[in-house]
Amino acid sequence: MSRPEHQAPPEIVYGGDEAAKYTGNSRIAAIQAEMAGRAVELLNLPEGYPGFILDVGCGSGLSGEVLEEEGHVWVGFDIAPAMLEVALEQEASGDLFLQDAGQGMAFRPGTFDGCISISVLQWLCNADKTSHHPKARLMRFFSTLYSSLRRGARAIFQFYPENDDQVQLIMGCAVRCGFEGGLVVDYPNSKKAKKFYLCLFAGQEVNGVKQQLPAGLGEDEEGEPGENGVQYTSKKRNDSRIRSGKRKPGKDKNWVLKKKEQLRAKGDKTANDSKFTARKRRPKF
Amino acid sequence: MRLITHNMLQCHVKGCNANNFPLELQEVVLEQEEAEMNEDFLRNMLTKIEYDALVATCLKLDINDLPATIPADAAYNDEFLQILHRVILETHIKSGKMVCPNCQHNYIIRDGIPNMLLAEHEV
Repeated sequence: MSRPEHQAPPEIVYGGDEAAKYTGNSRIAAIQAEMAGRAVELLNLPEGYPGFILDVGCGSGLSGEVLEEEGHVWVGFDIAPAMLEVALEQEASGDLFLQDAGQGMAFRPGTFDGCISISVLQWLCNADKTSHHPKARLMRFFSTLYSSLRRGARAIFQFYPENDDQVQLIMGCAVRCGFEGGLVVDYPNSKKAKKFYLCLFAGQEVNGVKQQLPAGLGEDEEGEPGENGVQYTSKKRNDSRIRSGKRKPGKDKNWVLKKKEQLRAKGDKTANDSKFTARKRRPKF
Repeated sequence: MRLITHNMLQCHVKGCNANNFPLELQEVVLEQEEAEMNEDFLRNMLTKIEYDALVATCLKLDINDLPATIPADAAYNDEFLQILHRVILETHIKSGKMVCPNCQHNYIIRDGIPNMLLAEHEV
């Protein structure tokens, strides 16, 4: 799996071209919308309750559209100006900010009824500048997020953890900032549809009901998500080289003769050409 | 950025912990955009809005529609909810800057998007 977070800082990876691609590609959009839908479901807000929701790493506002459909008012921030520009073109309904999650947030305590974030947390585990310390940035992010959430609100982070250590680091920081909760894994038996959702509770609900960690989807079955969702296949994409039947020619007799000619021209000692030149040896030699 | 969001913002520069709200708006260009009225949402937000700060901000922007104090029956006062909706959800700040009253940090707003990035020594 390719990992864009290994290439460059987010504001560079999601510059101009990539930003346009992200919104133009219907498959990416469908996956994003599906994950956003699942994140909103995990927020577990009461039916028909129009909340004030924060979208961390809102990008071009794909997940905001899902929030809007559910009747919520949202505020989003992103570090990539190109993505925000696309969001402006699309006339995203939420308020947008240019902000770095690792620098913390500037919202008053108790502002939001919930927070969702799609494919962001793994970026915070990188140190893109010498002044960046992933752990310190995560701590600052989670502590300011905790205070900006209403008591009992949830924060749902879909992310692509690289390894177990990264999960431990992120969860450790969240717990130290006061969050409760854990990891929800959807379709754990599927290689491609497997999705990680970090489900955090900012304290317990005011009415005293203990918050339960929701169960992941498709935990028992072997299968992939149903027909409603984005389809994942195990088939590889068509490679143009395989399709056209062309292969790079191997090192045949002509190649060997050419090389020998070159060496002679240089004056190197070279064996004479014979009927055995470039002939394969028998298997039993 | 809508005024409701401005009402939720405070300065987050390192060490700037007191008197950092509300951020003072300067050289502001406003725009009205119609939005669908959602009374339930407004009722939910009533407890979260710092009403005094909102009125003060509005007065500076020459918006004089809001009553000076919040009505006692605010949640079911249709007239008041209408005004509140127009002020906090339909009034957008298109450009300008926000200045922290404490540390004087400037947050520039361009195309309706405030730049909240901090310099390294401010984190």
